[in-house]
Formats: sequence, structure tokens, C-alpha cells
Amino acid sequence: MEDKVLLGHGSGGRLSHELVRKVFVPSLNNPLLSKLDDSAVFEIGGRIAFTTDSYVVSPIFFPGGDIGKLSVCGTVNDLAMCGATPLYLSLSLILEEGFPLEHLRRIVASVKQAAEEAEVQIVTGDTKVVDRGSADGIFITTSGVGAIPQGIDISGSNARPGDRVILSGPIGDHGVAVLSRQEGLEFSVPVESDCAPMNRLVAGMLRASPAIHALRDPTRGGLATTLNEIAAQSGVSIGIEEKRIPIHDGVRAACELLGLDPLYVANEGKLVAMVSPEAAEAVLAAMRRNCYGAEAAIIGEVGAPPSRGRVVMRTALGTSRIVDMLSGELLPRIC
Amino acid sequence: MKYIDEYRDPQLAERLVQKLRERSTRPARLMEFCGGHTVSVFRHGIRQLLPPTVEMLSGPGCPVCVTAIADLDKAILLTELPDIIVATFGDMLKVPGSRSSLRNARADGGDVRVVYSVHDALEIASGSTGKSVVFLGIGFETTAPTIAASLLEARQRGIKNFYVLSLHKLCPPVMKSILDLGEVNLNGIICPGHVSAIIGSTPYQFIPRDYGIACVVSGFEPLDILQSVYMLVEQVESGHPTVEIAYSRGVRPAGNVRALELLHTVFEVCDANWRGIGVVPASGLRLREEFSNFDAEKAFPVSHPPPREPKGCLCGEILRGVKTPLDCKFFSKKCTPDSPVGPCMVSHEGTCSAYYQYRGEDGG
Amino acid sequence: MCLAIPARVTSINGMEAEAEVGGVTRRISIMLTPEVKVGDYVLLHTAYSISVVDEQEAKETLDILRQLV
Repeated sequence: MEDKVLLGHGSGGRLSHELVRKVFVPSLNNPLLSKLDDSAVFEIGGRIAFTTDSYVVSPIFFPGGDIGKLSVCGTVNDLAMCGATPLYLSLSLILEEGFPLEHLRRIVASVKQAAEEAEVQIVTGDTKVVDRGSADGIFITTSGVGAIPQGIDISGSNARPGDRVILSGPIGDHGVAVLSRQEGLEFSVPVESDCAPMNRLVAGMLRASPAIHALRDPTRGGLATTLNEIAAQSGVSIGIEEKRIPIHDGVRAACELLGLDPLYVANEGKLVAMVSPEAAEAVLAAMRRNCYGAEAAIIGEVGAPPSRGRVVMRTALGTSRIVDMLSGELLPRIC
Repeated sequence: MKYIDEYRDPQLAERLVQKLRERSTRPARLMEFCGGHTVSVFRHGIRQLLPPTVEMLSGPGCPVCVTAIADLDKAILLTELPDIIVATFGDMLKVPGSRSSLRNARADGGDVRVVYSVHDALEIASGSTGKSVVFLGIGFETTAPTIAASLLEARQRGIKNFYVLSLHKLCPPVMKSILDLGEVNLNGIICPGHVSAIIGSTPYQFIPRDYGIACVVSGFEPLDILQSVYMLVEQVESGHPTVEIAYSRGVRPAGNVRALELLHTVFEVCDANWRGIGVVPASGLRLREEFSNFDAEKAFPVSHPPPREPKGCLCGEILRGVKTPLDCKFFSKKCTPDSPVGPCMVSHEGTCSAYYQYRGEDGG
Repeated sequence: MCLAIPARVTSINGMEAEAEVGGVTRRISIMLTPEVKVGDYVLLHTAYSISVVDEQEAKETLDILRQLV
């Protein structure tokens, strides 16, 4: 392992996994943490899901959202991915000296709006201000708790051979929207971040059928990394079909320009579900009734444990290739 | 997307493959010179579609991979100088030098900026008084004219804190050098599409003439590559090797005359050191005397200890097409995209990276 | 090497232009292809146009492919 922290350690890909596995888990290990799901699930009276996440997105305002909306949606989604009904969130801010108050007001307003939509309450919070240069404007940490209804057992380790892989909509919107505003790139893109709370989408899916085995939102590292995580946790292989994966034209074009593969580009309002084959159509129909799942599609199937490679994609030309996790940070390339 | 989607038509591709299978009777060893082609071949799984008579090898056409380790060390040392911003294409960030990489240099506090275009680096320079911006000029004939254009613009706008470390390389001389080594026995070469958009197809004439090897300039979509393979097979079958352009929508025989003019205004041809291959005569570009005030080599001379090549790494042989990544004991074990040993694993279009990221289910 | 993709030129101002692909737009330099006109497609490499796409040739290539198979 490297002897210092690199940007790639925060990319959500293999380096991030290595950091968790080699630094955090050995010291802090316990049965709840070691599941490495999006939330920890435990019982206090009933079953509770608990999660936390930090948000350092740059730029802080991007097409389709801002760091405030993101910090609510991200944590709500982590709860929802465990089948929990999100209830309460904390909101903790680190502000850089000199940060414009007007920006802070805008961010708090979008926190409020996102919390209202997700029907969660911000019940506790904290603010620290650090010297100019010690932070980049604003960093936010939110933690959240949610209640898990009876009979729900969703985990990244529960995918089973035969399960259908359902994706809730077109991939890569968030990553491309943010990337387009980064210094040195300055593209104008026709897509906005898909940043959205998906708890109601998940609630609708669970009403359609409890036979949902795994749920995860493909954020940093993209769909490819998320599928690899589920495959590894569940000890299965996953087969997907390139032509069934919905992608907006603008995302495809931006990826062609920057030399990126949309499978690795971040989403903030998409989920991927592993659903038993009998329930797949009903769950898909329920997803399509929700505005955040209108373009949901079955993109593949869970298979038996692999000999080589856990996620395999059938290309549009009918050939096959292994889809690996993201390596390092996602960098635009020219060659 | 116009001019992309039409060339990915699966039905047309299937029929083209069928036609190729019918036509190909003799063994055809083909090299895709360009890393961009390597990526496309793997991303679309094209090798799986070819008849057993057609074998495809990957060549050295990845400017990141062929950057000499000594040059990389120099770039990394520049990040340690005061008031210097090193601007680079994202591809270079992770390439391991002898002792560090630009990514590690950035973590150590060096000001390293990833840009999409040399023009963005020029803008950084014009907005950063008191700091010097050094752009790492990597790339083949495709990229060199853009660097030339940026230097002409810098001169015209009077931007004085902008420098280029010219590590540009030229394709036809290294093709000749690889063929002269005689290590690979080739029947055909898929010539680089975007290099050829600049230099045209005439610089490859010596290949069929002197070596009896077929040449086709290809685009990058699956149909482009399949069509080029078909044309190469056709040449091999008929026994009349020549230079053809399959990518005629983007490449003219004479290339881009205007771009070549700018390139030669700013640069002159020099010998260049290729990683894994060594010094190849007249295969590089350095800034002309008139542009020496933009030359990072002259403005910031750095002395560095002799470079260290990673022991046991097969990148050199792989770049020359003599070995494949599967022959290397480090491949996918000690050497992965996250902790690359050699450059071919780093660059997205490096042969090892393409094998690693896009390997088929059977590993091929 | 050398990623370049076809983009449509939507406006030109001296040696600068605006190019579009799939709804994505970016400011580009046309210093290497000063002959380009609005509406043309160019091969775009690192925000420089390196070649004007020949529409006739593009059509003929596809025609050849369709006849071939």
C-alpha cells in the first residue's frame, strides 16, 4: 500500500476499498461494521439502520444540485439501500473562513428542500470554522438513522444466482455534470446531476415484492464498481448486457470526448437491485411508476460463482468482456 | 452521435465478420500500432470475432507508455521547483518514474494540474502571474501541432511564463525501427488514424515497398477496424501489399498540410529515447531555436540521478510486440492499474491496461 | 493514441469556434483547420480541430461496407 493518502483513495474504487480493508477494518472491526453495507443494521427495540457520509464535492454548485442537496440525498439513499425508512439526519458543517454567507444560505435552503422531499428531519447539527486554506469552502457530514420494516432483509451479500439485475435509470449524469464544471475542462453539457432521494422509490419496490435481495446506489466508482462490490460480497458472478444499459446521449458524448467509460462515472440518484426472477417484473413495474425509476430496465442476471472475473458484460457486438472495479481516480485522458 | 453510431452497427459488423471469415485463408499477423486501436479492439471484444487465421498484436502507439523513464523523472523533479505549476494530460499522472510519479509528487505538495487541452494550460499561465507553467508535451504527430499552435498563440499574446517540455515522438521512424529489429513477423499494420489525419498516408509507403507488409489507415469504431482488417486480409491474400486508407472521412493522403506547417514552424526533428525501445534516430521533436524561450528544458535545467527501470517488467518487449502481457509474471499480480510496475499498465491505452481492463472471459 | 471524436462546428469567431457533440459543447481552436465552416464536422483532439470530416467519403465508406456484405 502507498505511504500517503492519494486522491485515488477517495475515488470509490479499488484504492478506497484497500484503505477501508487495511486501515479501518483491522482496527475498528465488529460484526456490524464488517458487513460493509451502506448502513449498519441493528436492533434497538426494532431494527434500525445507521449511516454516515461526508461530502466534499467541487464545485459546490453544479447543474442539478449542490453540496447541500447531495448531503441529504446521499445519506437518505444509503439508508434506503438497506430497506430502511429514513427518519432522522444530523448535519455537520466545516466551513472555511471567508466562505460567503449567501452561499451558505443557498446550501441550507436546498438541505431543507431535499429533507422535505425525503420526509426526514434534520434533528441535530454542528458547525466548525477553520482557517482560510484549511478547507475548500465547505465540507458537510450527515449521519442518518432509519427503521427497517419487518420481513425485509436486504444486503450486498444477499444476491443469489438467478436474480435479475435491475437498474433504475440512465447512468453517469451526476459525474458528467460535476466534471463539466471542473477547472480546466469547462464543457457545457445537456445533462444535470441525477441527485435525488430514492427512499420512496425503494418503498414502492418493497410494496411490490419483498423478494429484493440486494440494493445499492452506484455513486463514486459507478455501476461497474457497485456490481463488483455486490458480486464479491455475495460470492456470485454478474452478467450484464451493454445494449440494455440506459445512457443519455449527453453522457455518452462527454465520455467519448474525455475518454471515460460511463460504467465508471458517478450517479447520485440511481440504484441497482438484485431481485428474484419471479418478482422482477412486478418490481420493475413499481419502479417505473416512480419519477426516479421511470427509465428502469433489467440489465442482466446473477450467475453462479465465477472462475475468472465477477462481472462480465456482453457487448453490443455480441462479444464479452470482464468489467472491473474503478482503478484510481477517474481522469480525463487524451490518448 | 453522427459519424460514431453508424460505425457501431452490430448487424453490419456481423456480416463483415462473416465476409472476413470467408475471405481469409492464409495466416495474417497484424499489428495495431496505435493504443487507441488497442483499446477499441478490447472494449468491443473484436479479437473474439476474428477467424483463427487472423492474429492481432498490439504495438507501441501509446505516447504515455513510450515516454522514457529519464524524461518522466525530469518532469517529476520540475514539480519540486518553487513557483512552478506542472500542467499535464491526465494520462501521465500515474506513470511510475524511477522513484515517484506525478500523482505522488502532487500528494507531496507539488502543483500538478490535469488539463484537457494545452490551451487550458496556456490560460492557467496567463492567469498566474509570478508562477511559471510547464506543460508536459507528450504525444505523437496528432498532438504536436496543437502544442505548436499554443506556442504561436503564447508568442502572439506575449505570455512569457509558459513553457513546454517537448517529449513528442514520431510514428513512422519507430515503425521502421521495430521492423528493422526483425523480432516480429508481420503481414500487415493497422496504421494510426489520428496521427495520419495530420501526416497523411504517404509516410507509410516504405513499409510495403521495403518490407512487403500491408498497411491500412483505420478509424477507431468497430466497423472501421473490421473494415481495415478485411482490407489487410485482402492485401495479404492477393499478395500485393500497399498503403490504403479505410478512414477516408478523416484522413487525406497528404494529411493536414496546415497543421504540418505549424508543427515545422515550431519544432525540428531530433533523436528520441523510447521506453522499451531505446534511442531511435529522427523520431522526436524539439523546439526550434526561435522558440527556445518557451523551452522548459532550457529554462529549468534539472539534473537527476540515472533512471532505474523496474526489473523483470516486460513493457519493453510488449511495446515491441514480441511478448504479450500474459507472458509477464507481474501481470495482474504485482502489476495492476492501481499499483502499476510498468507504463503499459498505467496508460488507459497501454497494452497491459487494455488486457487487464477489458480482458474477455477467457482472458484473451 | 490520440483520442479524437467527430463534433459539429456551431459558430466561428476568428480562430476560435464552438463545437457540439451529443448536446455537449465546448470552445475549440480551429488554428489547424482554418478552412472549416459552420455546420462542418471536425475531428476534435484536446479541444483542437485536427481534420474536417469529409461527408462524401463518410457516405461512400458506409456504402462500400453495405455492398460488401
